[in-house]
Amino acid sequence: MTNSEKPKLAMYWSASCGGCEISVLNIHEKILTVDEVFDVAFFPCIADFKVKDVEAYPDDHITVCLWNGAIRNSEGEEMAHLLRKKSQFMVAFGSCAYEGCIPALSNLTSKEATFDTVYKNNPTLDNPKGFIPTTSVQVPEGELTIPEFYNTVKSLDQVVDVDYYLPGCPPEPHQIWAVLQVIVGALLEGAPLPPKGSIVGVTNVAVCEECDLKKDEKTITRFYRPYEIVPEASVCLLEQGLMCMGPATRGGCGALCPEVGIGCRGCYGPMPGVEDQGGKMLSAIASVIGAGDETMEDDELEREIQAVVDTIADPAGTFYRFSMAHSLLQRAKVNGSNGKGEAA
Amino acid sequence: MTEKNNNQEKVGVYVCHCGTNISKVVDVEEVAKWAGEQPNVEVSRDYKFMCSSLGQELIEQDIKEKGLTRIVCASCSPHMHEKTFRNACERAGLNPFLFEMTNIREHDSWITDDKHAATEKAKSLVRGSIDRVVHHEPLDEIPVEINPNTLVVGGGIAGITSALELADAGYHVYLVEREPSIGGHMAQLDKTFPTLDCSACILTPKMVDVGQHDNITLLTWSEVEKVDGYLGNFTVTVRKKARFVNEEHCTGCGICIEKCPFKEVDEVFEAGMGERKVIYRPFPQAVPKYPVIDKENCVYFKTGKCKACEKFCPTEPNSIDFEQEDEMLMLDVGNIILATGYDLFDAKKIPQYGYGKLDNVFTSLEFERMVNASGPTDGKIVLRDKESKPKSVAIVHCVGSRDENYNKYCSKVCCMYSLKFAHLVHERIPDAEIYDCYIDMRTPGKGYEEFYNRLLEEGTHFIRGKVAEITDAARIPEEEGKLIVQVEDTLIGRQRRVPVDMVILSPAMEARAGSKEVSQLFKMGCDFDGFFVERHPKLDPVATMTDGIYIAGACQGPKDVPESVVQGAAAAARVAGLISRGTVMMEPVRASIDQDACSGCKICNNMCPYNAITFHEDNEVSEVITALCQGCGTCVAACPSGVITGAHFTNEQLFSQIEGILWDVRPEKTIA
Amino acid sequence: MTEQFEPVIVGFLCNWCSYRAADLAGTARIKYAPNLRSIRTMCTGRVDPQFILKALRDGADGVLVAGCHPGECHYVNGNIKATRRFVLLRKVLNQLGVEDERVQLLWASASEGIRLAEKVDEMTEALRALGPLNWEEKVLHRNNGHEAAEAIAVLEEV
Ligand SMILES: Cc1cc2nc3c(=O)[nH]c(=O)nc-3n(C[C@H](O)[C@H](O)[C@H](O)COP(=O)(O)OP(=O)(O)OC[C@H]3O[C@@H](n4cnc5c(N)ncnc54)[C@H](O)[C@@H]3O)c2cc1C
Ligand code: SF4
Ligand code: SF4
Ligand code: SF4
Ligand code: SF4
Ligand code: SF4
Ligand code: FES
Repeated sequence: MTNSEKPKLAMYWSASCGGCEISVLNIHEKILTVDEVFDVAFFPCIADFKVKDVEAYPDDHITVCLWNGAIRNSEGEEMAHLLRKKSQFMVAFGSCAYEGCIPALSNLTSKEATFDTVYKNNPTLDNPKGFIPTTSVQVPEGELTIPEFYNTVKSLDQVVDVDYYLPGCPPEPHQIWAVLQVIVGALLEGAPLPPKGSIVGVTNVAVCEECDLKKDEKTITRFYRPYEIVPEASVCLLEQGLMCMGPATRGGCGALCPEVGIGCRGCYGPMPGVEDQGGKMLSAIASVIGAGDETMEDDELEREIQAVVDTIADPAGTFYRFSMAHSLLQRAKVNGSNGKGEAA
Repeated sequence: MTEKNNNQEKVGVYVCHCGTNISKVVDVEEVAKWAGEQPNVEVSRDYKFMCSSLGQELIEQDIKEKGLTRIVCASCSPHMHEKTFRNACERAGLNPFLFEMTNIREHDSWITDDKHAATEKAKSLVRGSIDRVVHHEPLDEIPVEINPNTLVVGGGIAGITSALELADAGYHVYLVEREPSIGGHMAQLDKTFPTLDCSACILTPKMVDVGQHDNITLLTWSEVEKVDGYLGNFTVTVRKKARFVNEEHCTGCGICIEKCPFKEVDEVFEAGMGERKVIYRPFPQAVPKYPVIDKENCVYFKTGKCKACEKFCPTEPNSIDFEQEDEMLMLDVGNIILATGYDLFDAKKIPQYGYGKLDNVFTSLEFERMVNASGPTDGKIVLRDKESKPKSVAIVHCVGSRDENYNKYCSKVCCMYSLKFAHLVHERIPDAEIYDCYIDMRTPGKGYEEFYNRLLEEGTHFIRGKVAEITDAARIPEEEGKLIVQVEDTLIGRQRRVPVDMVILSPAMEARAGSKEVSQLFKMGCDFDGFFVERHPKLDPVATMTDGIYIAGACQGPKDVPESVVQGAAAAARVAGLISRGTVMMEPVRASIDQDACSGCKICNNMCPYNAITFHEDNEVSEVITALCQGCGTCVAACPSGVITGAHFTNEQLFSQIEGILWDVRPEKTIA
Repeated sequence: MTEQFEPVIVGFLCNWCSYRAADLAGTARIKYAPNLRSIRTMCTGRVDPQFILKALRDGADGVLVAGCHPGECHYVNGNIKATRRFVLLRKVLNQLGVEDERVQLLWASASEGIRLAEKVDEMTEALRALGPLNWEEKVLHRNNGHEAAEAIAVLEEV
């Protein structure tokens, strides 16, 4: 941290796995260029900073803040507000920040149920008194507080204004580098920046385009889970009944997963103009189900289709694996504590 | 009326009173006032009759004077007046697709008396239209040229009529018939009710006309295999099955038939009552006259020996051609008329009537063949032994019709032909006792009731009741050796057992077996019973939901010859109308694919019922062939990338409409 | 008298059958619940599941998709694809806690005005019994600002 004239970089993790930080470091020797160009202003993962350091910065002090992680609790929300205030560019970095990602799958259930699984009913637990976290607890030494755990996981932009989105779980290093180059170019050479709200580090075509597997018309009569079959190499996985989100997922990753025989999980999010990635994929998948035709009676028709649909394990979790928080419904309605059939 | 200035689109909203049809329940003034306050609305008015010329002028004037760029009319169903208002827009220089109609009559004022609810509902629907219309895009109708050739499928009386009408009007017709000859069921009949003219006498000249007409290409022993294309431009693949007789050389002399040493039971034309040779013509007046070899049963094909037909064929070169193969023909036509007729209900399905088990139970078609002078018994009415004359005959109506277990509908013609049969038995065996068992006697039609009255005088015993059983189990000596018809005579309220020598069943007219497949082949609908579905049961009975495909005759539902003829002619008139127009304008509601954004995933490739989507192997993207697309939008919903746009039903338009109609319950801003 | 809850139902009606069925219900002056707000699509095959999700999110209490009977679709089999999507969507909505009654599929031909009207009545009753969906307030709790204000579970001892 030398020249104070250098642009300032921050990276902060909220509800996430840490893979995003690793993938930043995964840009290899180019990290040196990053270091050359930027001063690191806040980056708890690699250096010791305190919140009060950030609070002390003037507004907009940080040039670029790479925020990774969803908003799971009050701490995440507070930090998001703080860093937004202190940063010129707020980047939702990675799928968690962009659309909730794996943490947001807990939106399919309630906070109570989550606590129950994590703190009470779990074979690996040793919590005989059934304690669960509370925001405040009195101990002889005084009051202890921890952040409040929210019922619903949110994406970053549901809490603060976001300038750019960089999808991926985690974003691919080459894409990170490309985006950093654009920002560096803008800062050093005054090159134009993409318009606010842009999704960067992606292509404008779905993953299938990048995927080299041979595609044909699709008629699926049974879906398989990955352990159930050994897919034929070089043939589109979806055609073989393996769930692949590639058709509904924005490209940019280079079709990493399908090309090694694992269906795309959908981490790069929806295509531009698609409101709800899960709904769109659902529609596509259902459309190519090879069951039911116009000569059938109503009952038979539904039954035949249902039989194929039933081979799809956890469709909501599959179609919304990464985009739950950003989807139209955002979360499930859970029969919760208030007894009115609403999520508590 | 409220006026307001706005920056982007200038929407005009017109709320119709429809006299009092709407305004009696919906507070139209309130809706119009409220509409004026909605985003983008420049002008909002209510008016007594929007569809009147004055109403339309209001719109035209506002477009011209206030520079309106979008129009919403809240009135009746778009199926009523969408065209009217689109035209008004067009006259004022506004693209007609920048108009949106809101249905506040059929869907609102006419379904409730609750004024408040109706008014609120009207607002929601109007707001949906306003929010939708601002996203409308100008579109141009797509001109389609009509190929003047027409395909008629099925050479019964309905198809024959269509073909002759069009051919006489100067247009070329391909008539495809799957049997070796045209004629259909009518060719099998003896006399036709109610006038009792001989069926062959009135049908044969028409068949000959078809065979000789310069404008008709007759393709018998042929079937349609594939249909591509759309109104004006269909490409039809027809399989012309091998006849093993060369039509160019054959003179139709029939010597081969005479000389062929082998016979088979004729299940088709003779309804199993007679035999035909292995090389045959279904009936002497067949058109065309060329015989056909029944390959399955031909001894030469089975054993390699015989060739009697070839030996005796007098033509040079020989007309028999055992090497002949099926031929595939591609026909380009602009319109298609389906006249595939009906099948007779299989009376074996009602075991208690004994058909197939009791020798002297006959079906109506068997009887038609029997009474026919050129039929298997030379017109003599005899029992199965082919010699004994019946002294008593029972005729049973509604076999498989008006019956929950088989067909619920009334087959319409059976009452009349049953009466005809009664008459024919009287005529040929004057002393025979005739019992006619009917549920209701249905004889509407010109001269039909009169025919019934005539029968009443002829002495037929009419028994009103549904026959329960036909059996040969005698209970009393008089019943020995007879067929006993067990029937409740509802007029005298008694069960009766009527012993007779012969029973004639009048089975239902059913849709052709395989009519579902045929309807799928031609991409049009058939109903649960298998009859083809007309576009409108009253106002458009010969058109179908698929442009360019028409239906005529009994394939649309049970009907007699006069009605089949009417439909055949009507369908021809519809087609002739289109041909003489030359081009028709088609709605531009079509799908298109953003070639730059298509990932080539091929999800859409098997979505289209019209095969309008092709995949380009070179750049690995899909494309919609506009001319083939009918605009259903199925591929639009399916594309996981969201890169197929359905014109006039875009995602943007529909999402906005959803937001609009939910204006009152929608959260302030939806964070997505 | 307490005011009874009036559910809002968004209807996606295909142009050829069900929209006309609704027209016919009106022409025949059949009285039924005015709770259906209809949107016309050319075919049920056009109904993107996103539309249904959008309607539920934007305040509808229920969604009705209605079209031609199987075998009678104007576009041959758009309704078959609609059925496939519906069956899968129903499974996903189950996981999302949306009751089956809220999203329904109906086949009503152009002549079945009564069938359509009866369905709307029946659905209206069913939704009354279920109560409002009100996704925004009841599920996402957006009514009173942020969830931060939500009650927090207190220390529990089992
Ligand atoms: C016993 C009986 C007696 C009757 N008597 C009278 C009467 O006296 N007076 C009267 O008015 N009506 C009578 N009718 C009714 C009459 O038969 C029908 O009204 C009339 O034949 C209907 O004509 P059509 O052309 O529609 O059908 P059809 O006569 O059935 O002709 C259809 C033609 O299409 C052909 N075809 C079918 N499918 C295909 C295909 N896929 N491809 C190519 N070709 C195909 C068939 O081979 C046939 O030639 C009687 C009916 C019955 C059963
Ligand atoms: S293939 Fe799909 S899940 Fe895998 S990295 Fe790419 S976008 Fe993510
Ligand atoms: S526009 Fe429709 S609603 Fe208005 S007067 Fe004409 S028919 Fe009636
Ligand atoms: S070859 Fe066949 S068709 Fe010809 S005469 Fe012999 S059996 Fe008859
Ligand atoms: S909208 Fe799509 S599926 Fe429908 S007809 Fe057109 S191309 Fe085919
Ligand atoms: S479904 Fe969409 S992305 Fe896939 S091939 Fe068709 S148009 Fe292209
Ligand atoms: S047109 Fe009605 S469902 Fe397809």
